[in-house]
Amino acid sequence: MANVLVFAEVRGGELRKVAFEAVTAARSLAELSGGGQVHAVLAGGAGIGGKAELLARYGADSVLVLEHDGFAQYNPEALAATLVQHLQGATYAYALFSATAQGRDLSPRVAAKMGVGLAADLTGLAVDGNAVVGQHFTMNGKVIATLAITGAPAIVSVRPAAFQPAENARPLAAAAITSVVDPLASRVKVVALKQGGGDKIDLNDAPVIIAGGRGLKSPANFQLCEDLADAFGNAAVGATRAVTDEGWRPHSDQIGQTGRNVSPTLYVAVGISGAIQHLAGMRTSKTIVAINKDKDAPIFKIADYGIVGDVMEVMPAFTAAVKQARSQG
Amino acid sequence: MKIAVCIKRVPVMEVKFVIAADGTRVEESGLKYDVNDFDLWAIEAGLQLREKNGNTGEVVVISLGPDTAQEQIRKALAMGADRGVLLKTDAMPTDGFAVAQALAAELRDGGYDVVLFGRIAIDSMNQMTGPMVAELLDLPCVTNVCKLEVANGAGRAERQLEGANEVVEFPLPALLTIDDGLNKERLPSLKGIMAAKKKPLDVKPAQLGAAHVTVRKMELPPERAAGRILGDSAAAVPELVRLLQTEAKVL
Repeated sequence: MANVLVFAEVRGGELRKVAFEAVTAARSLAELSGGGQVHAVLAGGAGIGGKAELLARYGADSVLVLEHDGFAQYNPEALAATLVQHLQGATYAYALFSATAQGRDLSPRVAAKMGVGLAADLTGLAVDGNAVVGQHFTMNGKVIATLAITGAPAIVSVRPAAFQPAENARPLAAAAITSVVDPLASRVKVVALKQGGGDKIDLNDAPVIIAGGRGLKSPANFQLCEDLADAFGNAAVGATRAVTDEGWRPHSDQIGQTGRNVSPTLYVAVGISGAIQHLAGMRTSKTIVAINKDKDAPIFKIADYGIVGDVMEVMPAFTAAVKQARSQG
Repeated sequence: MKIAVCIKRVPVMEVKFVIAADGTRVEESGLKYDVNDFDLWAIEAGLQLREKNGNTGEVVVISLGPDTAQEQIRKALAMGADRGVLLKTDAMPTDGFAVAQALAAELRDGGYDVVLFGRIAIDSMNQMTGPMVAELLDLPCVTNVCKLEVANGAGRAERQLEGANEVVEFPLPALLTIDDGLNKERLPSLKGIMAAKKKPLDVKPAQLGAAHVTVRKMELPPERAAGRILGDSAAAVPELVRLLQTEAKVL
């Protein structure tokens, strides 16, 4: 039996989907080790405590609410110090984070403060004696390493979308906690959050991704991708490095080795040749569709379905057909 | 301004990796190596910081790895860094914290105003060493930096998140990890390459920490089954939609 402390990621006052994935993964880790408790840390500005019920719904036995103006934005120094205090003061065998920009910033700080290791970005979790064992992509996503981590606690982060959030409701048990240091005195201060796509679904949350490459020929033609995304309704639009380097799309939309790692249910590659750097960020997608005029493009080697054709002709037809299929569904 | 840049020698990824006979490593024979992409941007950031701050002080490049990593340090020196340090080990640990402890030991008394890392090493994909070193040295730390201004002992940066940026203010000295989008690295000039041969490069043993993370197994991901070309025009769209509905069940 082992208890798990899980950090629930908040952005702009809202819990992110990765928070529910993390609680689900923590629940699974607790069950694998014989049925321990899952305690979730929920930090934010005024009113964040109202979100605790959502974490209980996904299996948090207790929610530790850290509510203070100093946490209205991400506050890594005060969070790390407070998490360490809780990990040292209670019998947690494991601490679990999301392997997001935020989790991959916070978890190494906690591990180093405690003098223990960290196994990052795991796609699977198992327990073997006193070790946590999990799968981790290495070599630019071309090799899978099975890592074993020991430590008190063993600290892990889990890859977004690797664990599907599963409701597993517990009675709500929320407890207020306080920061171990003055959260307004941190040296590193987040002074603003610039949200990217407004109310658009994020690439890591989208079950469908429509990604465009240089084959679209101009930034204006990304409208073809936007239209197909709208037809699906649950889709986000991504891009290749070539396109973000040209300034056609923002850097944060870049999928690949130096950008985002995504694994949606459906990935539609539009005018993308399939450079290895791009494939590194999307090869774990469940179903891949490629539309490209070059029949020898490497993308066709990993695509489940391909159309060798002009994106300008194929995309409007595809969009219309998806709209029709969804209206009939 | 005194700047340290921590860089890593990583395999060039355009190869088909082979798992070594013991099943826990990648076969190294036949691999080529280069500086990790993100670390090139960290080197560039260091050089630009020096140039924008009166071109005084120094840019020191530190790498932890085998003796052959001197090659990657020389590349950084050819780009314009002033001197290099190799923390030598023949057995690169999987555990990022073991590495962080060795780097922190080297950096601790260096008097650096800014310590730079790449956001992630594309071989280990650990993305943890930078913030761990910051904790060990008690330095303010900003990760995933895609915009950066430093002046008068303080900095302002943007951190790249999934679909958003955070604007962050911090005092110096500080440790930053550099993301894609901040800059494009310069190419070493012929003059730079010649000069690099004469620049100092210290080699000393890495003081690695104990490892809490070990590799049990390495394997190649399952190959994707060969896909189907459905046609060469919009006429193939109905078949595509049918397959997405009935076979892939994603529509």
